[in-house]
Amino acid sequence: MIRVNITSVFVDDQAKALAFYTEKLGFIKKTDEPAGGARWLTVVSPADPDGVELLLEPDGHPAAGPFKQALVADGIPFTQFAVDDVFAEVERLKGLGVEFTQDATDLGPVVTAVFDDTCGNLIQLATMK
Amino acid sequence: MDADPDLFKAIGDATRRTILDELTDKDGQTLFEICGRLTMKHGLASSRQAISQHLAVLEQAGLVRTRRQGRYKFHHIDTSPLRSIVERWPIDREEPNP
Repeated sequence: MIRVNITSVFVDDQAKALAFYTEKLGFIKKTDEPAGGARWLTVVSPADPDGVELLLEPDGHPAAGPFKQALVADGIPFTQFAVDDVFAEVERLKGLGVEFTQDATDLGPVVTAVFDDTCGNLIQLATMK
Repeated sequence: MDADPDLFKAIGDATRRTILDELTDKDGQTLFEICGRLTMKHGLASSRQAISQHLAVLEQAGLVRTRRQGRYKFHHIDTSPLRSIVERWPIDREEPNP
């Protein structure tokens, strides 16, 4: 049976990304190993520490920069995280200085919001009703 | 000679009117949010490219203005061009209720 064990975000600085993803978003560090000049650096949700890992992948490949910039210019979040209550999470993260390009918005079957992860990505928060 | 061909063309399309409705609901949206609202709230399955072209038509008519803030781009509604319609065809004041 095939299943997802890891997914990744391209980050411009792994140390900065680890700080943001753990201290502000609330992930916990799972793996941190040297790997060819960079780190194999993953975080997981405290709600599911044995679940899908998020790899904080360096964006050094020449295609990664233009890809990320084009998505951000149109406001497109390439990655989505689930939360219990988008409205409450937006307030919590704004209190920590996180910048949103889309406030909590009720779209019918789902409530979403979009924030800047400070590492070059927009991330969508979602609560399915 | 019609002075406002862009304006009437812009509001002559149902999708573009819906975009204006959603910007009235919340002003200052990214292209992504506009696409999400049209898909999720209105069941409009237009492509991102199509919505982008609709926004260009609205911008040409002066009904939408774009603002760059850092790396993001937001779309804002501007209803002021609609004033030319009621200036051209004035609306009578409503009769007071008897």
